[in-house]
Amino acid sequence: MNITVCVRRVPDTETRIKIAPDGKGIDPTGVKFVLNPYDEFAVEEALRLKEQAGQGTLTAVTLGGEAAKETLRTVLAMGADQAVLLKGEPSFDGLGTAEILAEYLKDRPLDLVFFGKQAIDDDNMQVPAMVAELLELPCVTVVVELQRKDGVWHAKREVEGGHEIVEFTTPAVIAAQKGLNEPRYPSLKGIMAAKKKPLEEVEVGTAESRVVLERLTPPPERKGPVFIGEGPEAVSELVRRLREEAKVL
Amino acid sequence: MATVLAFAETRGGRLRTVALEAATAARGVADALGADVAACVFGPPGVEKEAEALRRHGADVVVCAAGESFARYSPEPFTHLLAEEMARRDPLVAVFPASALGKDLAPRVAARLRVGLASEVTELRVEGGALIAVRPVYAGKAFASVRFASRPALVSIRPNVFQPRENPRSGTPAEAAANPVTISARTRVVAFEEEQRGELDVAEAPIVVSGGRGMKGPEHWQLLEALVEALGPRASLGASRAVVDAGWRPHAEQVGQTGKVVSPEVYFAIGISGAIQHQAGMRTAKVIVAVNKDPEAPIFKLVDYGIVGDLFEVLPKLTEEIRKLRASAS
Repeated sequence: MNITVCVRRVPDTETRIKIAPDGKGIDPTGVKFVLNPYDEFAVEEALRLKEQAGQGTLTAVTLGGEAAKETLRTVLAMGADQAVLLKGEPSFDGLGTAEILAEYLKDRPLDLVFFGKQAIDDDNMQVPAMVAELLELPCVTVVVELQRKDGVWHAKREVEGGHEIVEFTTPAVIAAQKGLNEPRYPSLKGIMAAKKKPLEEVEVGTAESRVVLERLTPPPERKGPVFIGEGPEAVSELVRRLREEAKVL
Repeated sequence: MATVLAFAETRGGRLRTVALEAATAARGVADALGADVAACVFGPPGVEKEAEALRRHGADVVVCAAGESFARYSPEPFTHLLAEEMARRDPLVAVFPASALGKDLAPRVAARLRVGLASEVTELRVEGGALIAVRPVYAGKAFASVRFASRPALVSIRPNVFQPRENPRSGTPAEAAANPVTISARTRVVAFEEEQRGELDVAEAPIVVSGGRGMKGPEHWQLLEALVEALGPRASLGASRAVVDAGWRPHAEQVGQTGKVVSPEVYFAIGISGAIQHQAGMRTAKVIVAVNKDPEAPIFKLVDYGIVGDLFEVLPKLTEEIRKLRASAS
């Protein structure tokens, strides 16, 4: 079984975002970068499938700069066999990134391609479905359960008010949602082994952006509290204000 | 005349609220560009009758694909049909809802057409004849203003932001879609597991009641469920990451950077301190209300209204007062 997992290096969720003076990006000073949290579920699921199959190759791929090697080493430490750094710049929208990934993947043997459902930096949530479209593969996004029963693959996909059970054929693209599994931590042994695993570099250049960033701005400030009461005695006043002032009840 | 396209999502043959939001957003853009709105609606036989509501919300033309094969969403046939329709109408802009369906379909259509897509847009405006979209990035820790270097400009709009507005257009009958052939799908929805509380998702609910670690255990969630019940059918439950990670609540309810990002009319944060990643998921709510025993909790910096106190005393009283209020109003 040949499994590829596409990952991304992103700022940690606890990071405060400071916009760079030119408004075209964030100030990376003091920002802790991590493996995209949703990608952890993708990597874990890929590892489990490979372990169950008892054979196959798990390849981690990312598009990014030199620093993204650290992210690939994390995935290797979790248990991936090999890694590929597509050295370049992701696009601001998903398509340019998807085109580079699809171009790399198109001639390789693929059974399953995993992604996290979205990267928590640009929050585009586009690349998995776009790669599937470009490679003419089926795709299931926001997957919280994956199983193969009697040779047929099923994915459970989160939608409003419930879950769809989707039957699909392979090769396919799967985008992982939190809840799919409990990702493992890299073991010390894994971290040591990762240093010796193959990490290939391919120059790809800058992806084309069809959506162009004009500027980043901080989120609108909130006005601040108009009423803070104390204890259950304040409930009547709160409800009155929510009805008459805020008009939300 | 130039066209702005709106994708009108249905479920069970009925329009979803996000369909009317997409029509409303498309109408606004079309007016600024001097264009017509074409709304595309796919669904089971009989879905044509939904055209009326779309016309009432600003659609000049309603394009229908009605058939059993469109009764449920399937990415490949939907992409195929919509791409054909877009080739035929050559729209300037296409508006999708940023719903589970829209976020699956819009990227496929964008890749098919090789055009740019801006996701989860919260503001659309036209400057010098060009569309500018504003969208949150880093889960709302920053906002990006973007323009489009390809046509059509594809956007998906965040639920609850573009409130449906009536703007009736004269009634021409619904048109049939260009080429509603069924192409084989390699993904097929074979079952739907419905949640107890029905279709209203925390990401789309106008009223959200979220609980955090201050609730002290899953067994106390009945207090929050009672408040949701009192607030009526427009309310839904949310949760902080801490309680989802602890296994008290399902991930589908999580609000925050690795959960849902919500923009309800009112957000109740109950026993939630307000970590940065949680704030990222709810700070665009129109009104924020918090109940927390710690007056120094970061959530109080965001709120419009708050009560400092023991939530086990405050919550039952709040539920009771809201129940009384709604009973007297109805």
